[in-house]
Amino acid sequence: MISCNLNTYLIIAVFMLCLGLYGMMQHRSMIGMLISIELILNGAGLNFMAFNRFLAPDPVVGQIFTLFIMGLAAAEAAIAVSLIFAVYRKYQTSDPEQISDLRG
Amino acid sequence: MAYGTLTEIFFYLFIIMIVFGALVAVSSPILMKAVMGLAMAMFGTAGLYLYLNSPFLALMQILIYVGAVCIMIVFGIMVGYTPKQLAAYAIGPKNTILALVTSLLTLGVLQLGLSRTQWVQAQGAGGGDCSLAALGEALMTRYGLAFELISVVLMIAMVGAVAITWNGKRRGLK
Repeated sequence: MISCNLNTYLIIAVFMLCLGLYGMMQHRSMIGMLISIELILNGAGLNFMAFNRFLAPDPVVGQIFTLFIMGLAAAEAAIAVSLIFAVYRKYQTSDPEQISDLRG
Repeated sequence: MAYGTLTEIFFYLFIIMIVFGALVAVSSPILMKAVMGLAMAMFGTAGLYLYLNSPFLALMQILIYVGAVCIMIVFGIMVGYTPKQLAAYAIGPKNTILALVTSLLTLGVLQLGLSRTQWVQAQGAGGGDCSLAALGEALMTRYGLAFELISVVLMIAMVGAVAITWNGKRRGLK
């Protein structure tokens, strides 16, 4: 029964974290980087839930923490999309490598 | 078929969804496909939450991540990019070797730590009341501050998102 094993969930979470890191570095657009960040946050939430289910006595704490992460991820996505719009309006590009000057 | 076997089969299905979705999300040069991969990975994670005794969180995962965040990213792609730019991004990835080395190194280090650690259960682990009623009660009593805090953060984020995207020319801003 691998669904009753803590390590299964941890390995999946590590996998999501590493794929998110990979995606964040190799994507050519800021939206692609945002997608990778969401993947990393998702892995973190899964980690909290797994530890809470198998090791902690109170099952409520991990759920609240994961809900917290979800809310923060939603807020972060809203801010990031609006920032991408603002940057796009100012520089007419969304390639992160071309946006390199400060106080433009 | 036995109930236990069926749940195991679904567990493997959810894992395959996560792996495949995450791979598509990070490797597809077409942004719309990447968002679809992200949604698929989120859906698989929602399935895993069911196995972790939390159907409420599984539904929230679908509602918030698949329903809200992915739709917002889709809006970002459709509104913010011209078709020409979308075609330009589809050329290919950059920094592939660097990204590969970094992520594989992280994976190796974390796996090493994972395989060498002997997790110790706290007393009374795995028990307790994980119903929705207990969750709501804890949110209203013991974790009321966290609840209020996340509400304030979400509201400020909404206002900030509107303020950043606001054109502002009519008010004399740059």
